[in-house]
Amino acid sequence: MKNFRIGVGAGFAGDRFDGAELLAQQGNLDALVFECLAERTIGLASLRKHSGSGPGFDPLLMRRLEGTLPAMLAREGRVLTNAGAADPRAAADLVKSKYAGAKVAAVLGDDVLEQLNLGSQILGTDRQLSDFAGKIVSANAYLGADAMVQALQAGADVVITGRCGDAALFLAPLIAHFDWTATQQIAAGILVGHLLECSTQVSGGYFADKGKAAVPDIANLGFPFADVAPDGSFVITKIDGTGGLISRETVLEQLLYEITDPHRYITPDLTIDISSVALEQIALNKVSVSGASAIESPSTYKVSVGIDDGFGAKGEISYGGESALYRAQLAAEIIRERWSENHKRGEELTIEYLGYNATRPWKSASSTPDEVCLRIGAHTFDESAAKTLCQEIEALYLNGPAGGGGATARYSKSVGIVSTLIDKSEVHPEVVFVA
Amino acid sequence: MPKLAELAFARTGDKGDDSIIGVYCKNEPDFEQALTKLSIDAIANHFGCESSQVSVTPLPKLMAFTVVIRGILAGGVTRSMRTDPHGKTLGSYLLEL
Repeated sequence: MKNFRIGVGAGFAGDRFDGAELLAQQGNLDALVFECLAERTIGLASLRKHSGSGPGFDPLLMRRLEGTLPAMLAREGRVLTNAGAADPRAAADLVKSKYAGAKVAAVLGDDVLEQLNLGSQILGTDRQLSDFAGKIVSANAYLGADAMVQALQAGADVVITGRCGDAALFLAPLIAHFDWTATQQIAAGILVGHLLECSTQVSGGYFADKGKAAVPDIANLGFPFADVAPDGSFVITKIDGTGGLISRETVLEQLLYEITDPHRYITPDLTIDISSVALEQIALNKVSVSGASAIESPSTYKVSVGIDDGFGAKGEISYGGESALYRAQLAAEIIRERWSENHKRGEELTIEYLGYNATRPWKSASSTPDEVCLRIGAHTFDESAAKTLCQEIEALYLNGPAGGGGATARYSKSVGIVSTLIDKSEVHPEVVFVA
Repeated sequence: MPKLAELAFARTGDKGDDSIIGVYCKNEPDFEQALTKLSIDAIANHFGCESSQVSVTPLPKLMAFTVVIRGILAGGVTRSMRTDPHGKTLGSYLLEL
């Protein structure tokens, strides 16, 4: 049986378009995956859908498919994406309306809002979901590969999901192609997904540093793909001539990325151990990967629960010169006083001095900077208070200390996320082909 | 003792309110030295947090470590109003150890 070639066209909702287009047109791919859902994306999409202010799916979906789907269809390749967000069915309908010749499937069933048990424990805490009763806006289970495999085996060219395990988007076409059943191969397929799901983070993105980590042609990173063998071993690479770098180091960094316990990486399909994975640079920009081991198949799905968190307001103003920090601190005092005394607000203000302690709040810079950006933020359930904070920050132009420049402020709806578990038997993934 | 930056590389990610920093070395001697530097107390002291928030998992076959610092992200990306709500910058600070 021949190898299967799978690439990634987006590693987050805001990813570039051209990398995917090149892959689709010149990569000889069997499957292309767009991973577009961050943790809170579905919560925000649910709010959009229910308020009628926009689609419940990723608004960039059609833009992503424009330069990629025709090429993939021409070579009978598959496209999978979780850009369906809170409304995969509507996303699939829209895709079908534009690409009538394609077989388009939506995977439903990740929305478990109705099945949610308010007595469920919130992961990592001793609290229960009932603590947020009345504020829950969405609940989506991280589905595994099963329903996607079913869709692909029924001939789907395009599979659109809501919430699923990121790696499952990559595992599904591998299972559908190779008919894998052994846990060792499933583990390998999950590893393919884990390494590709953040797109260029494995091919030279999020890597470059002074001196020790140089990345060639870094402005034009090639999007990565994997050539997967029937036994599950695979090679990560990219199109010749594209920028970036695929080395043992770039792959190892991504292997470790966001895995709390490398001995037990839990995904909906299988828990795997990545501590003994073997990485070998076999040629320039080609790294072979093998050796993920299967631990067990979880009996539960993780559920991401969106909580209405009111509004987040933030703004900034910058000061320059020797006394910049003094004036930024004075400006912060002004905001603090007016927020609590004049406007009688009790919400906590987050106050940072960019250039002094913003990314490192536990330890201020050792010397006084001669330019500082004051940043102020707050959460509030009162929209008018969010507006007030923005106005107060901008008012520092005229009413604040000397020489304040670049005052801007804005607020937006805020959705918090908590996680819980749901028994797999309570969740019913479903494939719908749209006509 | 050299800085960790001279022995290792780091990539930072997040889950909820926790920072997850992958650290790795290019050879055994660097890994052995990094192992002694990456004590829980030293990391806690470096980030101004409690030792109970920190865990370090050495991965000798990969000459790597997973460092987890729990509760350091002011609520995490969905909640924090900080400049860097993901804590993406924390790995660079860890390398200053």
